[in-house]
Amino acid sequence: MITELTVLVLAIFVGFEVISKVPTMLHTPLMSGTNAIHGIVLVGAIVVAGLPHQATWIRIVALAAVALGTMNVVGGFVVTDRMLHMFRRREPGPEPPSE
Amino acid sequence: MSRADAIALAYLVTIVTFVLALRFLSSPTTARRGNLIGAIGMVIAVAATFAQSGVHNYLSILIVMAVFAPIGALAAQRVKMTAMPQMVALFNGVGGGAAALVALADFHRIAPDPGRIPFDVGLSIVLSALIGSVSFAGSLIAFGKLQELVSGRPITYPGQKLANGALLAALVGVGVAILAGPQRQALVGALILGALLFGVLFVLPIGGADMPVVISLLNAFTGLAAAATGFVLHNDVLIVSGMLVGASGTLLTILMGRAMNRSLANVLFGAFGTIRAGAGAGPGGDGAVRSTTPEDVAIMLAYAKRVVVVPGYGLAVAQAQHDVRRLADELEQRGVDVRYAIHPVAGRMPGHMNVLLAEANVPYPQLYEMEQINPEFPETDVALVIGANDVTNPAARNDPQSPIYGMPILDVDKAEHVVVLKRSMNPGFAGIDNALYTEPQTVMLFGDAKDSVTKLISSVKEL
Repeated sequence: MITELTVLVLAIFVGFEVISKVPTMLHTPLMSGTNAIHGIVLVGAIVVAGLPHQATWIRIVALAAVALGTMNVVGGFVVTDRMLHMFRRREPGPEPPSE
Repeated sequence: MSRADAIALAYLVTIVTFVLALRFLSSPTTARRGNLIGAIGMVIAVAATFAQSGVHNYLSILIVMAVFAPIGALAAQRVKMTAMPQMVALFNGVGGGAAALVALADFHRIAPDPGRIPFDVGLSIVLSALIGSVSFAGSLIAFGKLQELVSGRPITYPGQKLANGALLAALVGVGVAILAGPQRQALVGALILGALLFGVLFVLPIGGADMPVVISLLNAFTGLAAAATGFVLHNDVLIVSGMLVGASGTLLTILMGRAMNRSLANVLFGAFGTIRAGAGAGPGGDGAVRSTTPEDVAIMLAYAKRVVVVPGYGLAVAQAQHDVRRLADELEQRGVDVRYAIHPVAGRMPGHMNVLLAEANVPYPQLYEMEQINPEFPETDVALVIGANDVTNPAARNDPQSPIYGMPILDVDKAEHVVVLKRSMNPGFAGIDNALYTEPQTVMLFGDAKDSVTKLISSVKEL
């Protein structure tokens, strides 16, 4: 319990520290990216769905959690990737000059 | 090394990848790689979980994942860039729902032995059920508001805060009963249902303009719910990742509030965006709105030295970003210095405009943040406001009666000429009139932003 609390508190500080360096223009991808990360709850859903000898309705609830968690993870990362794809640096090619 | 150690190690790798993913988000050049690293970390965590000795029923779990992964991917790929905010809300909601369901199922696992549930485990279950459900229902309402399935205006009624407060108190009571009494499954069910209702009631009175802040907050909530689940399952990767999101989401929410010069309490309980009679109009201007033609604006733009484009949500709705860039290219060929002024909350999410303009290949060095561009407006010949409203309203500077008074704005009214592209005279998200429109240097070009910009391009070409 205490170890887990320690881990928790340290994670809070890391979270604050890392985020404060993200520029405003990347805040939407940031929101989307952290959104994907909390899809980690899928791990919890798998653990519960994987327990043997459960009542049928518990299995259903747990599998529903797996379904939601899966969508959170996959959708979250794909949306973030799509957003970030647009921030690629322009090559100085035949594009109209910006200077 | 035992199997448990190997799994713990794999989880540690996942945690590192998540921190790196967030770290890499500090620059546009590394951000995408960071996201990929995070995704790899997620795959590692899922694989490690399957390797746990207590996990069975592989087949059914894998089938469910195989069915729903493509659904999530497809939804994410198909969604238009303008609909990104509600998509994020939706994915956030399902995450919260997953946390609540895990809590429900897990309570059943632990509870068959009444009275034996350890306090810390019970508390974690109650928290993840409560927070996860609020996040799920709240996110769905936020989605509905942004998708305009639910009215974007705040929905209020007398005694609302009291009713919400009473519901929250009742939920806390149920939570205490679960912790204290012989554990009954029905109580957890009641807690989840009540929390779902609370999630709905909590978001309904918040205006559409504030939805990004709400989504960010609910994002933090889902993170907390995931962390609480981690305490139940004694799983470090859940605790750390959930808390990373909880902390970063909280900080982001505060930063967004600060960008609008409003406290979180004001955002959540202020019912901001109710249409108020008489607000606005304000000082400056003679009250008359001057409408103009694309030809006139084209001349103004083509002979300007510096044009600052101020994009807003109207640009996103009209999908006009590509046309705006073409117009800018056209002007630049004529030697006009074109810049873009990005208000921190332009559009419906911070950074929303950056994403859209990036999609249209606008080089990001041309995008200026509010603090950088504001001193430049007095030397600007034309400020071209495309579908932005509240973030340009000078009432925020000089009308203490205005609900947005004190919000930092783009000082477009200091430019020599202001051209506003707008569909109609309807008020913006904040539900107030914009004093800018009646200023003497302002002209309005009514119509859909995409149409207007297309006309501007052809008019400029003809010059």
